[in-house]
Amino acid sequence: MNRPEPAINFSINGDEIAVPSDRGRRLSEVLRETLGLRGTKVGCDAGDCGACTVLIDGAPVCACLTPMAQVAGRDVVTVEGLSKSGLDRLQQSFLRHGAAQCGICTPGMLMAATALLNENPDPTRAEVEEALSGVLCRCTGYTKIIDAVVDMDRTALPQPAAGASVGARIERLDGVKKVSGAEVYGADLMPDNALLVRAIRSPHHRATFELKDVAEWAKQHGIEVFTAVDIPGDNRFGTIPAFVDQPSLAQHHVRMRGEAVALVAGEPSVIEALDLSAFPIVWTPEPPELDQIQARTSANLLHEARLGNELIAGRVQRGDPGTALANSAYAATLTINTSYVEHAYIEPEAGAAWMEGETLVIQACTQAPAMDRDETARVLGLPRERVRIIPSATGGGFGSKLDLSLQPLIGLVTLKTGRPSRMIYTRAESMMSTTKRHPARMTSTIGCDTEGRITGMVFDGDFNTGAYASWGPTVAIRVPVHASGPYFTLHYHAEARAIHTNGPVSGAFRGFGVPQAAIVQEMLYDELATVVGIDRLKFRHLNALRDGQATVCGQELAGVGIAECLTALENPWRDALERAATANGKGSVLRHGVGIASCWYGCGNTGLPNPSTIRVGIAADGRLKLHQGATDIGQGSNTVVTQFCADALGLPVDAFDLIGPDTALTPDCGKTSASRQTYVTGKAALLAGQSLRKQILQMTNMGETAAFAIEGARLRVSQGTQSRTIELESLAPDQNGYVLSAQETYDPPTSPLDENGQGTPYAVYGYGAQIAEVTVDTELGTVKVTRVTAAHDLGRVVNPMLAEGQVEGGVAQGLGMALMEEYIPGRTENLHDYLIPTTGDMPEIRSIFIECADPEGPMGAKGLGEHVLIPTAPAILNAIRHATGARIDRLPALPHRVLKAIRDAN
Amino acid sequence: MYHQPDTLEEALKLLASGPRTVAAGCTDLFPATQARGLSGAVLDITRVAGLRSISRQNGDIRIGAATTWSDILRADFPASFDLLKQAAREVGSVQIQASGTLVGNICNASPAADGVPCLLALDASVEVSSARGRRFVPLGEFITGVRTTVLGDGELATAVLIPRSALSGKSGFLKLGARKYLVISIAMVAARVVVADERISDVAVSVGSCSPVAQRMKALEAILLGCPVEVAVSKVTPELVAANLNPIDDIRADAAYRLTAATTLTRRTLGEILLDTK
Repeated sequence: MNRPEPAINFSINGDEIAVPSDRGRRLSEVLRETLGLRGTKVGCDAGDCGACTVLIDGAPVCACLTPMAQVAGRDVVTVEGLSKSGLDRLQQSFLRHGAAQCGICTPGMLMAATALLNENPDPTRAEVEEALSGVLCRCTGYTKIIDAVVDMDRTALPQPAAGASVGARIERLDGVKKVSGAEVYGADLMPDNALLVRAIRSPHHRATFELKDVAEWAKQHGIEVFTAVDIPGDNRFGTIPAFVDQPSLAQHHVRMRGEAVALVAGEPSVIEALDLSAFPIVWTPEPPELDQIQARTSANLLHEARLGNELIAGRVQRGDPGTALANSAYAATLTINTSYVEHAYIEPEAGAAWMEGETLVIQACTQAPAMDRDETARVLGLPRERVRIIPSATGGGFGSKLDLSLQPLIGLVTLKTGRPSRMIYTRAESMMSTTKRHPARMTSTIGCDTEGRITGMVFDGDFNTGAYASWGPTVAIRVPVHASGPYFTLHYHAEARAIHTNGPVSGAFRGFGVPQAAIVQEMLYDELATVVGIDRLKFRHLNALRDGQATVCGQELAGVGIAECLTALENPWRDALERAATANGKGSVLRHGVGIASCWYGCGNTGLPNPSTIRVGIAADGRLKLHQGATDIGQGSNTVVTQFCADALGLPVDAFDLIGPDTALTPDCGKTSASRQTYVTGKAALLAGQSLRKQILQMTNMGETAAFAIEGARLRVSQGTQSRTIELESLAPDQNGYVLSAQETYDPPTSPLDENGQGTPYAVYGYGAQIAEVTVDTELGTVKVTRVTAAHDLGRVVNPMLAEGQVEGGVAQGLGMALMEEYIPGRTENLHDYLIPTTGDMPEIRSIFIECADPEGPMGAKGLGEHVLIPTAPAILNAIRHATGARIDRLPALPHRVLKAIRDAN
Repeated sequence: MYHQPDTLEEALKLLASGPRTVAAGCTDLFPATQARGLSGAVLDITRVAGLRSISRQNGDIRIGAATTWSDILRADFPASFDLLKQAAREVGSVQIQASGTLVGNICNASPAADGVPCLLALDASVEVSSARGRRFVPLGEFITGVRTTVLGDGELATAVLIPRSALSGKSGFLKLGARKYLVISIAMVAARVVVADERISDVAVSVGSCSPVAQRMKALEAILLGCPVEVAVSKVTPELVAANLNPIDDIRADAAYRLTAATTLTRRTLGEILLDTK
């Protein structure tokens, strides 16, 4: 018999309370679900991520590891307790330093820092690093978080004047709720009377299965069970129309571990108590195909029509590389293997669904609301008008939240039951069932002449695309387009194949395969520079692509900033080499080395349309509203897109109210991927702002330089001594409720690639180069990256603080990929076996921004989000080689691999 | 049913009445389940009087079963305990150190338990209590394999005891992982050395993560005993280190690397301690 739970008395944020609770229940659950204190986040339920850090009697502890019984009589403080009278000093400092990106780790960071500051009000950087080491962040690279704790005296950044926000270091417009803990992420949505949903997933890489008496089992437990037969529409989803192949719920057989086969839904207390391992299903495992090389010749075809398990091959061919290489003075060849890399955002997938009349509403974390709507509608057999997607705040995405995860699952439950539903992936579920970076096996040969000029390049790569298509085609197409690096390469042949295996689905991950390809190309450049006897930076500078030169796709570019990036690194490079030489002169088991690598990256879809539409309007009451449909997953598009619109219109950013994203309220701004939001949506915002300004100037018959001011329900337009006023209430509102408005669409001018990959794949590219300095322990094979100097050409720096945040976060992910990250299905489905960098693993990072205006980009701007990750891993690997002679050919460079490579080299 | 008794007598009585999951810091219990709470019969020992304490008993040091890693960091210990403090700083994170207990770390019996090599080097024994009485088991015998201990029905590990003989000398601990914090070790070494007349008069070296249970390097210790300080490090050979270890290949490293790393870490740990003793 269930007895009512006795109340547990404790103090929460200064208030004495009594909460009836099971004494073994996690404190994190009671805080979030019972007390509604949802600022405390849950990222792993295992003490690995620290997002749930709270203070108990002043000490930082993980609320997910604390049973309620241990809280009795004690004093608990959560993030909500910091801002009882407005943001506290630390929270303000986080805001001013740009320490929150997606914001999911921010409450944990704030609590861990608060515990430190209570004991030590003036900590050193090293002390902060240690105190925050138990909280993982995947966005920031920790730099700005540590800055915010060490330097709390930074005053509020001045608000730029109207028309002058682009280029200004302004705080995130959505920052206050991230540092206060008020931001609403997928797991924070708790519709009344919601059913809790959990998935039954395959424990096998490949298996057939038979469902037993599911109806009887469901009845016994008083729950509902849904399987593939309950799906009313086309039970397939996928990101690219020609390759849609992934079932929402598998039927009869599974192609990967973690694939969902059934849903259970019911009252939360019932679902929580359910033993999912007792679900009536019989599995018959079959031998899986896990390696992409073996899969090419395997008789086990994952998808019948895809021979050799080949999803697609991408190819770019220019000139005659065979002859060019044969006639080259020097040539070098390298084969590199990379691993599955997990996105490891701190927020596992979560969201809620409910009906609004005939419309199914889904609010969940995502990077692509319009795609979610269209795909969910297809799976559920609904016209897309009957599906509304409202992105929740997204606690990190990096590409994986472009794909559907729980949307069709909770959608199905709500559609079938009419009741709201809610689903939160466990950490293991998130890791086993969502996409990864493609493991790649790549071989490349590059040649050069006696002066070091590149003569030709061939590249061949097999990319393990896992069980379903996802973004595999994008990777296979993007890699050959980018594998040359930002260098003039006249003779070129590159092919990349996406090969199916029974591994997890490889999809989009910051760079779509380009970070893997850059490793082999940039390591070969070091080989060639060394044999020719040219300084490695000079070698790259000599070959850097310049304005008017054709890319490997035959596209002639303008505004190419790679040479400028390399020039900007000349002094840091010389200093770094001197530092390493001096340190090595002392003679020690520690060897110091310096590496360099470059990147380029096309912004937006490859040779395909990808428009964004922005609406801006002024209501009769004088409110200025920006319908901003680009999902801000932490990178800052809410702020950057507004900055463009504000400057084009001529009003300050703080005059804007942001609406959306919401498929019912915002026009489509496409997906947050391919480093396209600053460029594509930014340009749409610029055009919309310009259009509205033009209308207002025409109405008032004022000149181009007139200034605007909204004063209540009046818009005042003034120029010199002239001033005119528009009485907004006197104007008739349009169908959107605006008395003045503009909507503009921008689509990058590209063209499809021909059979040789020739064409105009992207209208805008971004460029960059990074120097990594490392210390290698030659007895243990451990590598410490001490400093990264990153020069990136942004065309126009829209917001330096956000741009630095992108660089620092990209470097952290590149470092992880180089040194520690290796996802092994079934083995590393948690954040203690799968390692991402902590505060203690990060180097000092210096960003240098170059502005080579792009003729197409808004105010000259280019994308940055993915570029920043690409050079880091090859720069680190080249630095290891420089330090020790060791050539790493399998990533990550774990200590045992580095030590073996050092021994092989000597 | 979740019990949180105030006295040891009550705790042992509960334990005698049937099997229960013993909970203290819960830093291993919660990660092992995806449930919203601990289920089944739980015996929470964090409120048992006297269990969260560090005390001297007849010259020995007694660390109670509810003593956290943070408590250890704040405690006033002799220099021979530096290894334990260094390990405490590297266990998980500040959050884990605030909740997790040293005795829980031993009872969890992971091959990578940070506390085990330290306590082996301190010649620790475990106080095992039950309604029937108390017994003391040397740590090397207490852990019998991967995640198994000698604890029988109704028995509770109530403390670890470090004998007076292990309170002398200097000590050190080194942990190697693929990242700086929050890391499960690839290999770790704890060592304690007593020097008299520039010779090693007592030595304890143990290695973790390189065998199912952390091991004392008996073969190496025999060679080091009586050795002049300045040549001690040169006596550490891969063969001597390997003599007591049985490492495996896993996702963190291969077996051969672990032996190499254990040898290097042993040299460095001893080197740092002996540098200090000069």
